[in-house]
Amino acid sequence: MSTELPESSVPPPTAVDEPSSAPTRRTFIATTTAVGGVVVASGAIGGTLLFDDEVAAAEAPPESRVSLTVNGTRRTVTVDNRTSLLDLLREHFGLTGSKKGCNAGACGACTVLVDGRRVNSCLTLAVRLEGAEVTTIEGLADGDELHPLQQAFIDEDAFQCGYCTPGQIMSGVGCIQEGHTGSPEEIREWMSGNICRCGCYVKIVRAVEQTAGRK
Amino acid sequence: MHPFSFTKAATTREALDAGRRGGRYIAGGTTLVDLMRETVERPEALVDISDLPLREVRVTERGGLRIGALVSMSQTAAHPKVRSLFPVVSEALELSASAQLRNMATIGGNIMQRTRCTYFRDVTADCNKREPGSGCAALHGFNRMHAILGTSDSCVATHASDVAVAFAALDASVHLLGPDGERRIPFADFLLRPGNTPNREQTIRQGELITAVEIPALPRPLKSGYLKVRDRQSYEFALTSAAVALHVRGGVIREAKVAAGGVGTVPWKLPAVERALVGERPSDALWTAAAEQAAQGARPLSGNRFKVELLKRTVERQLRIVGGTK
Repeated sequence: MSTELPESSVPPPTAVDEPSSAPTRRTFIATTTAVGGVVVASGAIGGTLLFDDEVAAAEAPPESRVSLTVNGTRRTVTVDNRTSLLDLLREHFGLTGSKKGCNAGACGACTVLVDGRRVNSCLTLAVRLEGAEVTTIEGLADGDELHPLQQAFIDEDAFQCGYCTPGQIMSGVGCIQEGHTGSPEEIREWMSGNICRCGCYVKIVRAVEQTAGRK
Repeated sequence: MHPFSFTKAATTREALDAGRRGGRYIAGGTTLVDLMRETVERPEALVDISDLPLREVRVTERGGLRIGALVSMSQTAAHPKVRSLFPVVSEALELSASAQLRNMATIGGNIMQRTRCTYFRDVTADCNKREPGSGCAALHGFNRMHAILGTSDSCVATHASDVAVAFAALDASVHLLGPDGERRIPFADFLLRPGNTPNREQTIRQGELITAVEIPALPRPLKSGYLKVRDRQSYEFALTSAAVALHVRGGVIREAKVAAGGVGTVPWKLPAVERALVGERPSDALWTAAAEQAAQGARPLSGNRFKVELLKRTVERQLRIVGGTK
């Protein structure tokens, strides 16, 4: 029932600190379907994707430049104002660990930490994050050493399909930092913003409990 | 999502100037971004107000509580003064949304949030709130979650906030700042019943900014709490809810503040229940008798007749939880 334009309606940003590379399947699809099909991309094969100049001038959606730190790396990009943090991470930075489940703040699969607090990245506009520090599932491990909660998810077998897992783990990190791990019931309540359709809740709670207890 | 321009206001004056020119304020963004994505909301200009100095929670000179508009739901709920003076506020907040959303959403945004009526969110459905004059698909549609109090032939959508129910019960007021200066509106007058203009939801003028919500001083000791009844135990909107605050001295109820959620087009004050309590001694019989007044004037729809009885039982149970069993 959603009337949302596909995520691909948000054109890729100009990355200041990243060299441009050959289009991946994702950016190819994103660019060729830009702005609800109104804008037709040209030169899609083997190079930079350009909009039709006239259409771009008339229709170019407002953009903003934003600098933020993602997993310890400073990034500066210019993005369409409509870009969510989730799309910025996934489509522009290639950090596809954070998942798009509902894209409406109802499932928690997109959970990341912004300035240390767990939030839904799908409801966070990227342009609002000037100076922010973002931590995603990709930034949790210390080199080859997994974060204790990542390890606990493996030890407790706390997932089946794994789609919700990055969000569960980021939310669990937040939950532990907030100190809402006094009992399994408390953990369930404070983790209720993360839905698991495989129904691994018992083991997820156990993984969070185990990690909190070790702190 | 429709394109929009974006600015971040560094000062309150900057925000007000942008607001006067038609800019929409964005704080937590949890409702606004969601509805923009559904194209229910189509602002042309967003004004980020998150840098404004509206993040203070403080006890007022008279002993009330003033909560800055930009304090997040989670910070408000955890604040020691909120927890000790008005547990009903903390409980209502912590039974709302999810931990992630509470970290993002603010107090000002919470009381500005729009209804969760599925027809309002579905741009292909008739909805007078979204598209005045188009009709109301909920009147004879799937209306199990909808309101039974304060409805009109134009709109039967509930107000989804929990903390607004606590604010209504406690007779809070909303502080506004606009081009013409400051004003303060009783909470009961801030949110509007639908009538013939369900598209108008708050008594806020273009460009006005919510600066704080203030809870007045109430006699101590004050016991208070919030009960929320819903289809699942967590992360769900209320079918019914009750905010109750009682001041008992010398074995007699001297002050009673009661409001209900999940049942009204706005947070629903229950003056008849309050009147039935004041001057009486707490007892199980009193809770039952007072709660019997809770659904006065209810007009249930085809799918939510159960709410009439559920509302009475919710109020009765919360009176017993706060006032004790005798």
